[in-house]
Amino acid sequence: MELTELSMLELGKKLGSGEVSSVEAVRACLSRVERFDGKVKAFLRVDAEGALAQAEAADRRRKDGTRAGPLDGVPIALKDLFLTEGLPTTAGSRILESFVAPYDGTAVELLKAAGTPILGKLNMDEFAMGSSTENSAYFPTRNPWNLALSPGGSSGGSAAAVSARMAYGALGTDTGGSIRQPAALTGTVGLKPTYGRVSRFGVVAFASSLDQVGPMTRDVADCAALLQAIAVPDPRDSTSAPVKAPDYLAELEAGVRGMKLGLPREYFELDGMDPEVRAAVEAATKALEALGAELVPVSLPHTRYALATYYLVAPAEASSNLARYDGVRYGLRASEPKNLLSMYGRTRDQGFGLEVKRRIMLGTYALSAGYYDAYYLKAQKVRTLIKKDFEDAFRTVDAVLSPTSPTPAFRIGEKVSDPLAMYLSDVFTLPCNLAGLPGLSLPCGFTRASLPVGLQILGRPWDEARVLRIARAFEREHDFHRRTPPLEAA
Amino acid sequence: MSLTLEEVRHVASLARLSLSAEEEVLMRTQLSAILDAVAELSRVDTSAVEPTSHAAGEVAPWRADEVRPSFPPEKALGNAPAKVGTSFAVPKIIE
Amino acid sequence: MSVSDFQPVIGLEVHAQLLTRSKIFCGCSTEFGAPPNAHTCAVCLGMPGVLPVLNQTVVEFAVRAGRALGCRINPVSVWSRKNYFYPDLPKGYQISQYDQPLCSHGALEIDGDDGAPRTIRILRIHLEEDAGKNVHDSGGGESLVDLNRSGVPLVEIVSEPDLRSSAEAVEYLKALRDVLVYLGVNDGNLEEGSFRCDANVSVMPKGASKFGQRVELKNINSFRFVQKAIDYEIGRQVELIESGGKVAQETRQFDSVRGETRSMRSKEEAHDYRYFPEPDLPPLRIPPGYVERIERELPELPRAKLQRFTGTYGLPAYDAKILVSDRALADFFEKVQSAYGGPAKKLANWFTGELLRLLKEESTGLGALKFSPDQFAALLKLVDAGELSNNAAKDVFAEMFRTGRAPKDIAQEKGLGQVQDSGAVEAAVGAVLAANPGEVEKYRAGKKQVLGFLVGQVMKAMKGKGNPALVNAALKAKLGE
Repeated sequence: MELTELSMLELGKKLGSGEVSSVEAVRACLSRVERFDGKVKAFLRVDAEGALAQAEAADRRRKDGTRAGPLDGVPIALKDLFLTEGLPTTAGSRILESFVAPYDGTAVELLKAAGTPILGKLNMDEFAMGSSTENSAYFPTRNPWNLALSPGGSSGGSAAAVSARMAYGALGTDTGGSIRQPAALTGTVGLKPTYGRVSRFGVVAFASSLDQVGPMTRDVADCAALLQAIAVPDPRDSTSAPVKAPDYLAELEAGVRGMKLGLPREYFELDGMDPEVRAAVEAATKALEALGAELVPVSLPHTRYALATYYLVAPAEASSNLARYDGVRYGLRASEPKNLLSMYGRTRDQGFGLEVKRRIMLGTYALSAGYYDAYYLKAQKVRTLIKKDFEDAFRTVDAVLSPTSPTPAFRIGEKVSDPLAMYLSDVFTLPCNLAGLPGLSLPCGFTRASLPVGLQILGRPWDEARVLRIARAFEREHDFHRRTPPLEAA
Repeated sequence: MSLTLEEVRHVASLARLSLSAEEEVLMRTQLSAILDAVAELSRVDTSAVEPTSHAAGEVAPWRADEVRPSFPPEKALGNAPAKVGTSFAVPKIIE
Repeated sequence: MSVSDFQPVIGLEVHAQLLTRSKIFCGCSTEFGAPPNAHTCAVCLGMPGVLPVLNQTVVEFAVRAGRALGCRINPVSVWSRKNYFYPDLPKGYQISQYDQPLCSHGALEIDGDDGAPRTIRILRIHLEEDAGKNVHDSGGGESLVDLNRSGVPLVEIVSEPDLRSSAEAVEYLKALRDVLVYLGVNDGNLEEGSFRCDANVSVMPKGASKFGQRVELKNINSFRFVQKAIDYEIGRQVELIESGGKVAQETRQFDSVRGETRSMRSKEEAHDYRYFPEPDLPPLRIPPGYVERIERELPELPRAKLQRFTGTYGLPAYDAKILVSDRALADFFEKVQSAYGGPAKKLANWFTGELLRLLKEESTGLGALKFSPDQFAALLKLVDAGELSNNAAKDVFAEMFRTGRAPKDIAQEKGLGQVQDSGAVEAAVGAVLAANPGEVEKYRAGKKQVLGFLVGQVMKAMKGKGNPALVNAALKAKLGE
């Protein structure tokens, strides 16, 4: 078996026994990057030197008997909005093209402490705004399952890198589905934790009340292990909850017998859901039923308003979060500005791509005098109703199941000029961010064209352990997660 | 369309975006379409509802009033597009 | 019609920096005077990925100020983002409090123009972060940005438009500053910018009930300028109205060189700050018992202390005001007075005279005083007992200030004690009269004014140590013979 076929935890075991070295693992990943990333284009920057040095340190720790934990020496990569000290961090934008991070974010510090060598920074939709990675200012990433298709977004680079086995695992961020949707489109596992579970300090902010950091891996156990490493309360983030995470691996194999799993009517009734996606997901729910869970129909009546709510709240917060990109202290500054106003205007017009500008405009409008009540405030009120829908549902069920994405991977170029069509890709994933709940996507099938389909599992706040357990119960009886994209043939 | 060109220009000015003429037109069309789509929210009865202004439930502890090390000049100004000494330099601000 | 036919209406907004060691949302030092950007970090530089974390002492100081000013402390208040672009505002928004501030509905009592007390209502007090500083580089065509001040904690104290003259405005500002300095939450320094004031000024015909259009005055950085700026603005508005014009809603700047207010063109357009609740900070919740604890620890405030000094000590208002202007000075006065027990006015004279003079000359702070309250009291007792002349006492005091030694020891060493011995006085008087027979004649002939010359001679002979009362009495007695 190729070294890169192993999961994170499997590699971790072999590293621990000395059977394999971290340097070898890094080299194996770099070799795959060399072979395939020219076509997949998941990476914005490969830090071979840094990764090898970190790997050597991991190998030394193993020899000294001071391994940092089960993931010590396992190579990972990071979406390029995690600030990594000394390395450029671009958030997929030209406005930060030359920005070298002066500090490590908390999640990065935690992973460095866990000993995972960082292979490099991964491509993404600019400022995490997008569902296809086509909004990257640099280039679109391609889906390893079919290079003409998008891997989804905004963590498209992370999903593609893990799917193509160029990295053992990755971190992404999820504001409206940006971890789960690309995971679904690339046949990988992606988890958005409960809001406040993982620190946002050192993560380029998109929408502050929605952003969360999460793991993207090949299987559920890896997902649990990677989450464990980063789910630590952080005094540098006032929205980071001072709650200690449980042991996510402890109950992973406990199964679903006796659990009640909700099927939200509104999700399954959606117009425009691909029939193969519907079929695969329905089969997956039946499989869980066969494993001892009870399927319960539930209603989340305000689901239809989630898209509108999200597309007012997120751009509003983003318009404010992105005001700091003004050419004064870092990043791009337009050349030969006539005066201050021109410096601001041209810097931001040149530095931001179209989707980012669109959302800044939308957000600014939604907050502006005379419109705040009708747009932003109204959306935040509807958000409360969406949260309440879930609170009501969770009185009768332990988790909610749905498709992650209404369609499998779509063609690059197909939706990018129709923003509303693109926004629809997130229709199943958005409500979870609005409600602050944990949500996971795992592979549950393939279409006839061999494109992955993802099953989404949503849980109660702080109940990641249960969500992971449900996912593992399904995964244990299937091998969708073991299939690898046909890159050699591509 | 929901937005006039004038409104597009006003919002662009608030957001400090120097849009080109084509961008203004495109924004007007696309933003209007999005605003039309989100208009359905007005149909939802929110009279008895509080807004979700904060997503975090728990209250994070306050910080002790202790001085911690600041950035050395290389870090504070390392990414500066223009500087004079240890100050950031910008085109003259006219009061 | 003239200015006197109009009633000025003034409201004041004060921004006061809180004297915490570190900034409101990060651990950088708030110390003034460092090189540009020496006190900055990723957070107060507004770098990508940073988040604010609240300094607990900021809350304590703000609640102290709120209670001292009689405000209601709101158990839950909300942080807001105030969005605008400016180079000294690194995030492109200021974290402030908009519709749900920490404190509301307080008051501050001042002396009105007629001397009677007036209550000026305080609408609200809220917390926010300060912005950095822009300096115009005279050399290049550039502005230079220093973010040391970015993130320093501020309270914004907004009064109702209850003030009716520029003099009242100054009284209010002084009183407010004194309260904040007393509480130890602000250093009251207008020139350095740690206590800043904007004024909202309008006029209406006397007797009217509807306020006129108000104008905002900014950039007033001394008490003198406050009065000048407001007076100029009142005059300007009256003149405008009388000539048939209308006062425009605008922001004006005070030009201290010309003594006039000028329109600030760049701030002319009404800002759309697009306020919304700050998602990175949960609402500010004051725990139960927190306010009560702070209230218990509040010191006596300046106005109450002033009333006690004029009442209990019977001091004239002028003296009392000087003593009360500095909390430490007032405390020291009370300690000395308690040890002294004599007429408080006498001690007050020493304070307003010698003590303040020496403190200023030597640039010493009260905290560095070398002598104790007991020693000060002892000095005064020596003067009262006639053992030291006033002038000698001043010398002794200066020595006490320098060395901290006991007054009796200093007096003895320097031989400054007044000679009380009547025998010595008699002898000196006898000698002087014998040496000046002409003057004696003149005195006995009716020219009483030569007594002064003779007293001087006796004092000279006694090297200044004669007790003046004894000398006078002895001379008169002998001359009367």
